[in-house]
Amino acid sequence: MSAPDLAAGTLAVRVRASLVLSRRWHPAEALFWLFAVAAALLFPRQLLLMNEIAILALFALSLDLILGYAGIVSLGHAAFLGMGAYAAGLVALHVAADPLLGLVIGMAASGILGLITSPLVLKGNDLTRLMVTLGVGLLMLELANALSFITGGADGLQGITMGKLFGQFEFDLFGRTAYAYSLGVLFVLFMVARRIVHSPFGLSLRAIRDNPLRATASGVPRNWRLAAVYTLSAAYAGAAGALLAQTTQFVSLDVLDFHRSADVMLVLIIGGAGYLYGGLIGAIAFKFLQDFISIFTPQYWQFWIGLFLVLFVLGGREIIHGGIKAILVRLPFLTSGKRP
Amino acid sequence: MSVSNQTLTSVVLQTHALHKQFGGITATDRITFALEKGARHALIGPNGAGKTTFVNLLTGVLKPTSGSVTLNGETITGLSREARVRLGLVRTFQINQLFASMTPLEMIAAVTSERLGLGRSVLGKLDAHAALVAETADILACFRLEDIMDDTIRTLPYGKQRQVEIAAAFAAKPSVLLLDEPAAGVPEAERRELLDTVAALPADVSVLLIEHDMDIVFRFATRITVLVNGQVLADGEPDVIARDPAVRAAYLGEAVHG
Amino acid sequence: MALLTILIDGVAYGMVLFVLACGLSVTLGLMNFVNLAHGAFAMAGGYVTVVLMQRFGVPFLWTLPAAFLATAAAGWVMERTLYRPMYAKSHLDQVMFSSGLVFMSVAAMKYVMGSQQQIIQLPGWLLGRFELFGISVGRYRLFVIMICGALALGLSWVFARTLFGARLRAAVDDARVARGLGIPVGLLFAVTFAAGSGLAGLGGALGVELLGLDPTFPLKFMIYFLIVVTVGGTSTISGPFFAAMLLGVADVAGKYLIPQAGSFIIYALMVLLLALRPDGLFAKAKT
Repeated sequence: MSAPDLAAGTLAVRVRASLVLSRRWHPAEALFWLFAVAAALLFPRQLLLMNEIAILALFALSLDLILGYAGIVSLGHAAFLGMGAYAAGLVALHVAADPLLGLVIGMAASGILGLITSPLVLKGNDLTRLMVTLGVGLLMLELANALSFITGGADGLQGITMGKLFGQFEFDLFGRTAYAYSLGVLFVLFMVARRIVHSPFGLSLRAIRDNPLRATASGVPRNWRLAAVYTLSAAYAGAAGALLAQTTQFVSLDVLDFHRSADVMLVLIIGGAGYLYGGLIGAIAFKFLQDFISIFTPQYWQFWIGLFLVLFVLGGREIIHGGIKAILVRLPFLTSGKRP
Repeated sequence: MSVSNQTLTSVVLQTHALHKQFGGITATDRITFALEKGARHALIGPNGAGKTTFVNLLTGVLKPTSGSVTLNGETITGLSREARVRLGLVRTFQINQLFASMTPLEMIAAVTSERLGLGRSVLGKLDAHAALVAETADILACFRLEDIMDDTIRTLPYGKQRQVEIAAAFAAKPSVLLLDEPAAGVPEAERRELLDTVAALPADVSVLLIEHDMDIVFRFATRITVLVNGQVLADGEPDVIARDPAVRAAYLGEAVHG
Repeated sequence: MALLTILIDGVAYGMVLFVLACGLSVTLGLMNFVNLAHGAFAMAGGYVTVVLMQRFGVPFLWTLPAAFLATAAAGWVMERTLYRPMYAKSHLDQVMFSSGLVFMSVAAMKYVMGSQQQIIQLPGWLLGRFELFGISVGRYRLFVIMICGALALGLSWVFARTLFGARLRAAVDDARVARGLGIPVGLLFAVTFAAGSGLAGLGGALGVELLGLDPTFPLKFMIYFLIVVTVGGTSTISGPFFAAMLLGVADVAGKYLIPQAGSFIIYALMVLLLALRPDGLFAKAKT
């Protein structure tokens, strides 16, 4: 091999190595999931809370797919949460009580809703998208209210009893099965999402997010890709909704309420968008924040959440994320040497 | 303005009476233009002549009010930007348009993966495609970006960013390349490298260069079209254009007023 | 005939919405800032009127300029202190920031004034209805239409005919170029934000009788302001005006004719309009 060939070969090796490095597992990730499993054993009396966190984390993950990776701002993501919840609840009530069936149908229903509404987020600027997604979310709420003969209206879907998971594990009062189920679904869907964002498709999404003009000038069919990820995101949110319906065995209009969309946005802001773990970490932080505040001031927690938001955006975020990065830099084994 | 006689088969990019109106302003005035295969063609003109508008019309960023654009005999006037890129019509931008959060490696890989049709691979691994890896490595080497291939683009100096800008256009393996002021904003010291790369382009790639810098134009171009007020004022070989009194008047006139 | 009364009601409602939302439209167009806390200024204006009338016995008409000045002053202070650092941040951050401000103001108002609906006693000459060409018209509604109509005309005039308006339009078009031309953009931002907040406060004061007032006002009505701004666009005064009219009439008519539909009609209309015209009904056509 001549010298230039050798050099080229070496460069190709380095290029491949670089690409592998960006998708490889970091030890910190393994620790995270181990801890999530261990938590069930360490805090057996908090399983219901942990189940809520897992569901919120999945919901936030779904938002991260469009916000962090495609740059779509949405204030109405609860529409998909609600669609999944109602679909799963209705399946359990009228078709069969198998949890996995409800999960699949919930995801499919939300995915279809996402696909149908995706044209709305393809055009216009940030504000337009905010308003359109907000509008769709509010529309879904009004619709659910109006179709009370299907949805149970303000009373919600009553009398859901879930069958055994895999025909073996019953949903118990302590939430053991619930948490295992939610965590399991979260893990599987997370792994799939992880694979997707590191794929050529995922790279094209980042291109669209960074510079739509350049992306199209590089041959990326922007609209199709965005529609695809929006549908995927909707399906993931639907999964979270289905889990919510199945583990609490109840669905009401609250699942479509604006505060759900606002909360999940806040979760992702806290945890940071664009690296997939933001939603998970944010969900944990948010729940703790909520609990913490409501212990002190149950009536006026809204004030403190507001203050937190203001301070967070004004500079708190930089301080917190900067601090975390400073710690991670000192522990290179956690991030396998790559800059965070 | 007439275009000198060429057999149709050697023309790769063509416009027929291409016209663009913005309300009362005519940006592009029924331009008929032809780019030959393997051309080193420069498009020049005073500020506001409509050069970038013309490029935007060619690449599909703007829709023409009337007229058509043809690529290799095929009408592309109605095609989307990305469809034109897939047919081999690629451009660079006057102001860098980059994927700021990516590294040069990732940006080149993104363009290459799209060109190889991998963009729909939802569960695939980027490193598993030998062609993707090899081509990315080639482009990085060609543009001497190996040393900075893992640095975030946003942190690179402007000249290097410009290299990435051009490299990314190359990664799309264009048959027709539109370079919009490639040396714009590049410090004197780094221009050499950039222009060498442009000069080293394969002979079968047809290049349309938009430039203000006359040194670059006369060093590079074998054919020049002069655009003034959205119309073709002159079209021909460099020395003919250099002596054309109408062209000099257009530039001198601009210098007097500007 | 009932339909014409609905129309008048809708127009009055729309007029108040316009006054409330036009400040938001201008600051969005000028500063490219998504200020969801705009409704909080409106609420503050409403409460100024309530407090002045109930605790200090100030006549209703005098509370209107007071509401304007108080909220304009608050807007000035907040722009200089809290909003400044937020201009450069992303829209998402601005949404989060202003949402935080809304939560704080809602909770604070609940604490200070209680969560009940506030009722005011309008002066006698504004009460009741009278016949105008055979249509029953509420006096207060007519009053509101006249005041807001005058404001709309005044704003239009300022925008189109004064130096301030010309500078404002220039800065909305391109702030960087405007600065280069010597236009004091920073001062412009501050004055416009203050004026916009003042108008919101005035709208809130006028709206106590028509829209109601309680601490959740910003949350309830923010969507309406956003609809006006998104549909009406940010580059003109007439755009938000017509959008507000459309919204006001549609909402009143919808709730009267098909009460079960609730706000469905409004939301559906908005989604439809934005789907057809993503840059707003009155935006400059993009190429």
